[in-house]
Amino acid sequence: MTQNTGKMQQHTVVALVYDKPGVLNRVVSMVRRRAFNIGSLAVGHSETPGLSRMTFVVEGDDSVLEQVTKQLRKLVDVVKVSDLKGVNAVYRELSLVRVSATAATRSEIIQIVDIFRANIVDVGHDSLIIEVTGDEDKLESLVTLLKPFGVLEIMRSGRLAMVRGVSQDSAANGVSDEDVPAPAKEDQAKSTPLLPPG
Amino acid sequence: MKLNGGQMICQALLNEGVDTVFGIPGGAIMPLYQTLPQYPGLRHILVRHEQGASMAADGYGRVTGKVGVCFATSGPGATNLVTGLAGAMMDSVPMIAITGQVAREAIGTDAFQEADVTGVTLPVIKHNFLVMSAEELPRVMKEAFYLARTGRPGPVLVDVPKDVFVEEAEFEYPETVELPGYPPKMEGDPEAIKRAADLIAQAKRPVIFAGHGIIISEAYKELQEFAEKGQFPVTTTLLGIGSFKSDHVLNIGLPGMHGSAYANHMINDSDLLIALGMRFDDRVTSKVSLFAPNAKVIHVDIDPAELGKNVRPTVPIVGDVKHVLQQLIPLVEKADRRDWLSHIDELQRNHPLWFEEDDVLRPQDVIQEISDSTDGRAIIATGVGQHQMWAAQLYKFKEYNSFITSGGLGAMGFETPSAMGAQVGLPDRVVWTIAGDGGFQMTLTELATMVENQIPVKIALINNNSLGMVRQWQDIFYNHDYVATLYSGNPDFVKLAEAYGLLGIKVTRKDEVGPAVKQAMEWNGPVLVDFQVEQTENIYPFIPPGTGVDNIVEDPRLVKKRVR
Ligand SMILES: Cc1cc2nc3c(=O)[nH]c(=O)nc-3n(C[C@H](O)[C@H](O)[C@H](O)COP(=O)(O)OP(=O)(O)OC[C@H]3O[C@@H](n4cnc5c(N)ncnc54)[C@H](O)[C@@H]3O)c2cc1C
Ligand SMILES: Cc1ncc(C[n+]2csc(CCOP(=O)(O)OP(=O)(O)O)c2C)c(N)n1
Repeated sequence: MTQNTGKMQQHTVVALVYDKPGVLNRVVSMVRRRAFNIGSLAVGHSETPGLSRMTFVVEGDDSVLEQVTKQLRKLVDVVKVSDLKGVNAVYRELSLVRVSATAATRSEIIQIVDIFRANIVDVGHDSLIIEVTGDEDKLESLVTLLKPFGVLEIMRSGRLAMVRGVSQDSAANGVSDEDVPAPAKEDQAKSTPLLPPG
Repeated sequence: MKLNGGQMICQALLNEGVDTVFGIPGGAIMPLYQTLPQYPGLRHILVRHEQGASMAADGYGRVTGKVGVCFATSGPGATNLVTGLAGAMMDSVPMIAITGQVAREAIGTDAFQEADVTGVTLPVIKHNFLVMSAEELPRVMKEAFYLARTGRPGPVLVDVPKDVFVEEAEFEYPETVELPGYPPKMEGDPEAIKRAADLIAQAKRPVIFAGHGIIISEAYKELQEFAEKGQFPVTTTLLGIGSFKSDHVLNIGLPGMHGSAYANHMINDSDLLIALGMRFDDRVTSKVSLFAPNAKVIHVDIDPAELGKNVRPTVPIVGDVKHVLQQLIPLVEKADRRDWLSHIDELQRNHPLWFEEDDVLRPQDVIQEISDSTDGRAIIATGVGQHQMWAAQLYKFKEYNSFITSGGLGAMGFETPSAMGAQVGLPDRVVWTIAGDGGFQMTLTELATMVENQIPVKIALINNNSLGMVRQWQDIFYNHDYVATLYSGNPDFVKLAEAYGLLGIKVTRKDEVGPAVKQAMEWNGPVLVDFQVEQTENIYPFIPPGTGVDNIVEDPRLVKKRVR
């Protein structure tokens, strides 16, 4: 008999949940109680009134990922869960960075901001706020380059994810069934025609 | 029809087939209580502590398969329910708890007797609701019952602010529920079932693990047919006891930490585990990497999250085990497994379930006597500890679903209220509770409830004057260092029983056991028999935590005999 072992990885899981009081608490309470590690969590309204979408970055091996998705599905207020493992998806995160800037350093910072296609959204006496969107690598490289100037504050939105240019149906099926014991088909039982894809 | 919130709840309970409620009133829930007289179809049993209410509802739910219902007031009333709710969650028992809450406008102000009950209970229930208007109540009640009893059953709590009980709204009870995020799946995937049948066809040494799911889905006939057709030996988890007749030749009894040595050796030698509605609890597997090292696994469970959680199945099947067995049985060949079954017989001869039978009054004698005197047909409730394990090992259950025990949570104090709930649910059955003197003292207040409501539970107090199970661990892992496990001030339990109005019987000698059990059975009301048993008797065999079957500890007295 094999045990649940495997490599530590990061996975993206997207959940469609009812937008009503206490739902975030239910989700977070489950995550805490089962000692899952969540790298980030982003929540916002979906295209369907009454439903929100949550993007989780889950840290752990495949069996952790599997448990997280299954335990999320068990929550009554969670309508649909998609695991984006092996799925071609767009990942984005927004970050605001406050960096020290003097008359001497400002133009150098502006050059870096341009290269990253980031924006300066506020100019203060001795600092700037930079807004940047991208995947985590891009955000981290920018911060590394800004560090020598003095990074004063960082704010990150957490990862958002969306499956690339495919029909709604396959977007909903961002679950790889091969190494997941329970057939991923069970997810379809949850989706009714009224519901948007995961 | 316009009803107020309290009336809506009562009407919904009746619509859902509820006839009994266990509870205690208080300020916030009073408006609901004061409507009860309008609904004579609802019998309210006034308990003495809310833990008694949730545990009685649990016992009631387990034996009847219906939803057990309990009421409590806001704050302390509701928090007192929590242990019973957590136990029902762990053991998948259908239950509804209705709690009063402070009035809507007072919520969040630390009002008198306010507790965040939906917050407190969230991690230990299947789902809960805070009902912020009477208008929502019909839908909420419908959903609560649906969630409690379908899929993997569990407790659902409905928290109702005091002013919602008196608010009026239109009452139209919904026929259906709309819960797109909650789809219990009944049928197994035919592909997976085919793969399971293939594995079974190849197996030489298969073993069935029959769990609580068999009882929940009432798949008794299917299990028996399946086991007989494939000639599979059947091991029943603690909560699977009563899923398969104890006297069936294929029944190998309890697996795991306190299972028989032969059952555990059998599992170790097996090449295929067929797990049916059980969740590979750590008391069953011990160290997973050492558990059934050569076996493939077919795992059937209605909860997908159980598949692969503790043990990685070769073939996982999501579905209701009754449906899945119906699908699987036709695909399984009639088999002849004489070699495998005779191997198990040999294991059983070499590693029997054994206990010392001399003149000393031991806990095992009591359980064996009750088993014989009731012809294995009683409902047996238990507390938690040594007596619980002896009851599991030694009572010969001839009826299905007759063992009521706190498995997953292991909550002492379960013995008395759960037996009471079971007796209320099935008044025609004989109900015995095997109680520990430790656990009994946690909820003995319900003796008053039993007397008041003429609930004729027979209590076998296995009185070892100690917290036996913990004391045993001190013997084994802490060099007999008995820290906080021996009692020196236990009451006279016979006098205590009499003070409550029960018949009390004291037993100190082995030859008194039979007559005392007989007297208790003949008494037309609740009875307590104080069996003053050997204090240092230990439960064997056991597998020390974190090890495997190679480390199984059998009774040293048996081992000595064997050597001789
Ligand atoms: C002191 C102590 C010692 C213990 N020692 C042992 C021991 O030695 N051996 C032992 O076995 N236990 C022991 N236990 C009990 C143990 O902790 C577990 O409670 C028990 O093993 C659980 O049994 P189960 O998996 O069958 O039931 P449950 O925990 O109730 O699980 C039932 C499973 O069936 C599934 N299910 C429910 N309905 C259906 C359905 N309709 N169709 C399909 N599946 C369904 C559920 O999803 C769940 O996964 C001990 C407990 C205590 C307190
Ligand atoms: C509520 C609760 N508290 C503590 C424990 C820890 N515990 C497990 S078994 C046990 C001893 C039980 O003693 P008793 O009820 O007398 O039964 P015995 O083991 O002696 O048969 C204890 C304290 C528990 N399971 N439940």
